[in-house]
Amino acid sequence: MANRVAICAVAQTKFEPGKKDQRFQGMLWEVIKSVREQTGLDFSEHGIQGAITVSDDVFDARTISDGGITDVVGAHYGSEEKVAADGAQGVYYAAATILSGHHEVVLLTGHCKESQAISRNMVTHLAFDPFFTRPVGLDYLSAAALQARAYMDRSGITETQLADLVVRARQWAAKNPAAQETTPLTREEVMAAPMAADPIRGSFMYPVSDGAIAMILATEKRAAEFTDKPVWITGLGNCYDGFFLGERDLSGNFALERAAQRAYAMAKIADPKTAFDLVEISDQYAHQLPQYAEGLGVCPPSGGNQWLSDGGPDRQNVNRSGGMITGNPLMLGGMARVAEAVLQLRGEAGARQVAGAKRAVAQGATGPAGQCQTVVIVEN
Amino acid sequence: MKDQSNHAFVIEGKMALPYQYFAGAVGSKFIVALRDEKKILGVRCEHCNKTWVPPRQTCEHCFAPLTDHWVEVQPAGVVTNFTVVRYAEPYQPQEPPYVLALIKLDGADSALTHLLDCGDIQNARIGMRVRAVFSDTPKDNILNIARFIPE
Repeated sequence: MANRVAICAVAQTKFEPGKKDQRFQGMLWEVIKSVREQTGLDFSEHGIQGAITVSDDVFDARTISDGGITDVVGAHYGSEEKVAADGAQGVYYAAATILSGHHEVVLLTGHCKESQAISRNMVTHLAFDPFFTRPVGLDYLSAAALQARAYMDRSGITETQLADLVVRARQWAAKNPAAQETTPLTREEVMAAPMAADPIRGSFMYPVSDGAIAMILATEKRAAEFTDKPVWITGLGNCYDGFFLGERDLSGNFALERAAQRAYAMAKIADPKTAFDLVEISDQYAHQLPQYAEGLGVCPPSGGNQWLSDGGPDRQNVNRSGGMITGNPLMLGGMARVAEAVLQLRGEAGARQVAGAKRAVAQGATGPAGQCQTVVIVEN
Repeated sequence: MKDQSNHAFVIEGKMALPYQYFAGAVGSKFIVALRDEKKILGVRCEHCNKTWVPPRQTCEHCFAPLTDHWVEVQPAGVVTNFTVVRYAEPYQPQEPPYVLALIKLDGADSALTHLLDCGDIQNARIGMRVRAVFSDTPKDNILNIARFIPE
């Protein structure tokens, strides 16, 4: 990238199954206050120039729901644009706002209170069309189950291997103050959870979660004013797969491979297997960790099974945050992955710190069975 | 009003609004053929050498117009993937547990997502030959096929 964009500050709420005492505006203000304090920025003419916000109208139960947060993101008399997709896409958009010369200093926020909907599945059911796919009852869970079977059939990855990933995720989550599900689980406890949609057990999917994230992004020229530990965005890529599940290869990574190639070309990365000190994957469902590791190329193509058996996730520092499977709401999976990568590169990841981390890749997904994929590469 | 901690309360609400979904010329032709003639129509892209079901106006791979290339596919095919849905939601087409399958119809290059009734849910298999059972009552959507059953 000719001009680099810096992430200058990051704040996350603790992710919780239901934040009863906070409206989504309140969750946002908690994290916005934090990044303002970290950087000394305010919403004056010389401060934050624009906001990129990530949210979903149906989860917020408001048409064009960003209208309800303009005050807390400082958009009164200012600029704000909404990204109705995973927060990694928000990072992409915020960086593009800076690279295009529109702003030098941008506030990026994301929020979602999954707990306010009586059922998360009812929200994701509405992502499907009313003629061909909604009448048969599809939602993101049943779509992910079809993806899980396709991938497990191709890779030979077993339920026991997925259970071990959930056990491992809880161990790392216990070291992350923002993580939601930190109670240790045994393989037997994970396997005892009933099937929700075969082959996805209740314990193989992310829990209902509420939370918010904020970041400050700035031009290379301005970043030093706000932090002495800038983290640089050096690669960005995204790609959509088709709409109909029956026209996609659900066992593969059509969109993620292309998103990753675009990000790697930008960051001049030749071999993703050795390029990163840590990897953050949006494992909304347990099978997605090895599947998306293949798509990112951090393990050999079609090598996810062997990579798990060889201890690949530990060796390559995958999801030291605990991952999405320990609790981030939809919309924030990829943004929480970028947030973890930034904390790691700043040396602020506490008990889960990867010593001397220099470069990380974070992945986020939007839509059923990872239809749209976003890849973000950060370096210090 | 439901009391919560710290004197904060929640208001019970419901999002619902009457709405008219426009099926479009292509979608309407597909649904009318399914409803009135019990025929499953797709569109063929000569350039990509693929037949797409459900049909669409334009090929999403090469952007060729497809509406002059209607073809009939068979109401039978093979299960390429399936899940057993065991959780309950009000929008589901039947009581769980039930099998939701991807079914590649003979003559099509894409699979349709639909209900598979193979008696016991344990009988569902990838590779299984199945055929469509058409609905006795006319519908305005894909449920003019009520379900698929083993051939």
